[in-house]
Amino acid sequence: MESSFIQWLAEPALTHFLIVSAILFALGLMAVISKRNIIMVLMGVELILNSANINFVAFSRFTELSMEGQMIGMFIIIIAAAEAAVALAIVLNVFNRFKSINLDDLNILKG
Amino acid sequence: MELTAILFYLFSLVTIGSASVMVFSKNVVHSAFALMFTLIGVAALYALLYADFLAATQLLVYVGGILILILFGLMLTGQGHTVSFKSVTVNMVPATVLSIAAGVLLIYAFVTTGWNVIEPIERDETVYEMGMMLMGSYILPFIVIGVLLLIAIIGAILMSTRISTENTN
Repeated sequence: MESSFIQWLAEPALTHFLIVSAILFALGLMAVISKRNIIMVLMGVELILNSANINFVAFSRFTELSMEGQMIGMFIIIIAAAEAAVALAIVLNVFNRFKSINLDDLNILKG
Repeated sequence: MELTAILFYLFSLVTIGSASVMVFSKNVVHSAFALMFTLIGVAALYALLYADFLAATQLLVYVGGILILILFGLMLTGQGHTVSFKSVTVNMVPATVLSIAAGVLLIYAFVTTGWNVIEPIERDETVYEMGMMLMGSYILPFIVIGVLLLIAIIGAILMSTRISTENTN
């Protein structure tokens, strides 16, 4: 059992990449839940998107989802770019209105 | 141990280590720069997975674009010179419990599932194949995403220029 585990460690396959992406997802979730700075929350969202992307690319390498996985990964990167631009414009507006980017200070929805 | 195994462990260590620095750092600027190293590590993992075009796209779009955007947002929302870039952390215990539970559940599911793995195809480059797919069966998503980017950029410009007109009134 011991030697098979070492052999499993020595040959990175699909599962290794999936485990890395799971750890990244957990860290991103932690940042999203526990931080009170809007920009930190956005960076946690970027971590979660990247972990999903690693999954797609790993599946495209090791399973029959050959080039389609990379194509979906590219669309995810483009949508993340659009999301980051809009989200930071919203953050600038929020800062202009509330003079703070602490999420607990934002308690008025009606503009 | 093969070279790919050593490279995989090196780059996943860089990725996960700098991601944890990003999450647990008190200073937001330090977090942004740790995020840069995380994104570079993810790009190296893409290169290990034979996705060379995606690795280049990750470097250009994330490291060159989104990270600069995040740093701009950080600097534009700085609250004077007296308040440094601190990030308040709340809900530490529920967040830790929830994220560790999510991570353990995901790893358990990934390890115990029998994936239908095929013998990996050795590829030289993916650019030609991706270009043919983009102009072939993926032409509609390609055009739609172009329109989406245009709308997102116009919306971002509109929202962020409204600030200056409100300040002058």
